[in-house]
Amino acid sequence: MGELSKRERMAMDRTPIGVRDPGERMGDFDEVSLGYTSGLAILEASRCLNCTRPVCIDGCPVGVRIDEFVKLVADGDIEGAAAVIQRDNVLPAVCGRVCPQESQCEGSCVLAKKGRPIAIGYLERFVADYERSHATRHDPVAVTRTGRRVAVVGSGPAGLACAGDLNRLGHAVTVFEALHELGGVLAYGIPAFRLPKDIVRAEIGRLEREGVAFETDVLIGSGMSLDDLMGPEGFDAVFVGTGAGLPRFPGIPGEDLIGVYSANEFLTRVNLMHAHDRSARTPVYDIADRPVVVIGGGNTAVDAARTSLRLGARTVTMLYRRSEAELPARLEEIDHAREEGVDMRFLVGPVSFNGEDGWLRSVTVQQMRLGEQDPDGRARPEPIPGATDVVDADVAIIAIGNAPNPILMRATPELQTTRRGTVSVDPITGATSMPGVFAGGDITTGGATVILALGAGRRAAVAIDAWLRGGEAGAVEPSFLLE
Amino acid sequence: MDGRFTVRAVSSEGPDIHRLLVHAPRVARYVRAGQFVIVRTTPDGERIPLTVCEADASEGTIALVVQGVGRTTFDILELVQGDQFADVLGPLGSPTHVEYYGSCVVVAGGVGVAIALPVARAWHGAGNRVVGILGARSDAHLILHHDFTKACDRVMVTTEDGSAGERGLVTDALGPLLDEGLVDRVFVVGPIPMMRAVAAMTQPTGIATIASLNPLMVDGTGMCGGCRVAVGGETRFACIDGPEFDAHLVDFDALERRNTAYREFETCQAALGGSARHG
Repeated sequence: MGELSKRERMAMDRTPIGVRDPGERMGDFDEVSLGYTSGLAILEASRCLNCTRPVCIDGCPVGVRIDEFVKLVADGDIEGAAAVIQRDNVLPAVCGRVCPQESQCEGSCVLAKKGRPIAIGYLERFVADYERSHATRHDPVAVTRTGRRVAVVGSGPAGLACAGDLNRLGHAVTVFEALHELGGVLAYGIPAFRLPKDIVRAEIGRLEREGVAFETDVLIGSGMSLDDLMGPEGFDAVFVGTGAGLPRFPGIPGEDLIGVYSANEFLTRVNLMHAHDRSARTPVYDIADRPVVVIGGGNTAVDAARTSLRLGARTVTMLYRRSEAELPARLEEIDHAREEGVDMRFLVGPVSFNGEDGWLRSVTVQQMRLGEQDPDGRARPEPIPGATDVVDADVAIIAIGNAPNPILMRATPELQTTRRGTVSVDPITGATSMPGVFAGGDITTGGATVILALGAGRRAAVAIDAWLRGGEAGAVEPSFLLE
Repeated sequence: MDGRFTVRAVSSEGPDIHRLLVHAPRVARYVRAGQFVIVRTTPDGERIPLTVCEADASEGTIALVVQGVGRTTFDILELVQGDQFADVLGPLGSPTHVEYYGSCVVVAGGVGVAIALPVARAWHGAGNRVVGILGARSDAHLILHHDFTKACDRVMVTTEDGSAGERGLVTDALGPLLDEGLVDRVFVVGPIPMMRAVAAMTQPTGIATIASLNPLMVDGTGMCGGCRVAVGGETRFACIDGPEFDAHLVDFDALERRNTAYREFETCQAALGGSARHG
């Protein structure tokens, strides 16, 4: 394929990915997208124009050498491509599936202007999956151990990225996870039909083989404190990646009715506790043949809506207070949700949950119109006076975002926080107000994406390494940021 | 070999009530009064909250008191010495406020006595005069009476059938104490109707009253919001903001309602389980 001219490459269409039929996939929690075959991956990679200045990398928060790996795929060297990606991304099979590529690498691709950017996400996913099933296991890279110990609090994306890099730099890393499964939001939040759990386990397993230690059932803050970690527990530095796991509620009448769930609870019951399995010990409301509404328009809302359909809901209606153009969810997920029958109502917000004998029966919604722009550039929804109606709902799932989990901060008054309750950090290094304690991911930004958390974890790893070697945390510039 | 979360000893405290000594060194080292753990019996098990009624940091053990009420708690009653829990996560929740208040009354009903014991000990240890009021269905259901006696200056017992202490309810014993006007603080834990009644009794007196709540819970770390309770009109999470709240501000009716959410499921589960005899 290397013989194609630039003009020929520019004329090629984006190679579509296989997707299971909506009717079929509604009956299970298996993955919806099927991924590329080798042939399709090589075909897609061969469209790359090999830009002298690969702007796609600018769009990647962890700085994956996209130009290099795509070229290797085009040449058929998939294992070589995998090695390139793994240098910068500890969770490639995850990111290939859940990153909002349209606003990152693919959004930066020069071919995006023509509406057909290189399918970098699909290629990353293909390479990672291929490596997992084909590659001969490489022994962990031998690194000189420094004898320094780092505790990573939280096994979500930020913590995993930080742990992976610190381990490769020779430090002894222990990751503490409060839940019984590793992965944070990757385990409890994102459903299996979008991110199969064996993929999460495999990516974490790779870190384990490289030498990262993991301990589940440990919550830092309500028992062991940061001071305990840095003192009696013998760690030299701590990375806090505890995420934004505290569900927000709208604060309207009726939210304590039975049938009103936070998306976190609903998804945790299904993803982590397998409540959809008849033999499971953890229940979820029997929503078969019942009307369900989901409040919100982000990925979590779409995940909850699609999960509800798989549990047999009669109807699933997403209620979003802005218009379709502002929907924050990934485009692909929105398309998949619609194919599966999720109904989306725009410019509506809930004003009350209405019940009977303690059980939810309907939601009163307020119609909105778009007004002035917010400081973040999005149009602000404003209520249209008097315009309300009532939507039938036996279950309502609230997915309006999460606040930072406050446990650690409440136990650690010396850890400075922002007015929004996030941990205050140096934006580059992740250094907090406590010497030797760094933080990154949603605990510092509020709810964001997997890949931004990975980027923050990596930057903090560079800074922690420098700090452990006696440098100044503030003076470090991560190499992958220097372009 | 003594693995993680091994059951070191089991003793019977009453009908379908066991006390388990569990190896959980991290919990034992860091737990404080009022805190709890989340356990799973098996890798496919349900997560349920249990109170730590005692801890021995040097032995690395914690004591859990469990009454069989649902499928998982009956599974725990089947555990014998040497068995293991799949998971013990903790300590969780905000610890009890412990300072010198003066004269305190600790009111506990049923297995709530296990939750109240560390609170009584901690308050007593801070120099307070502590009166314990223990309520039970019958003498057989009365647990930790001896431990409570050691932790308090005085212990009063009420049973519904009069087989131990006075026949009646905990409120019958609390009333005269309040009338004497010598109570500075009350702690209450037990069935919701009991906590509601105690809160209603102390409200007119203005005596600070703390209730330890028992809502349904999944993760226990603030992540799901399933344990939310209305306190003073605000939504609070029992797992991280509690489990102790100002009893005068708690909406007990809403708590009681929410706790029935999975009753049907639990009935089916009990029928499925090996320990179905108790439904």
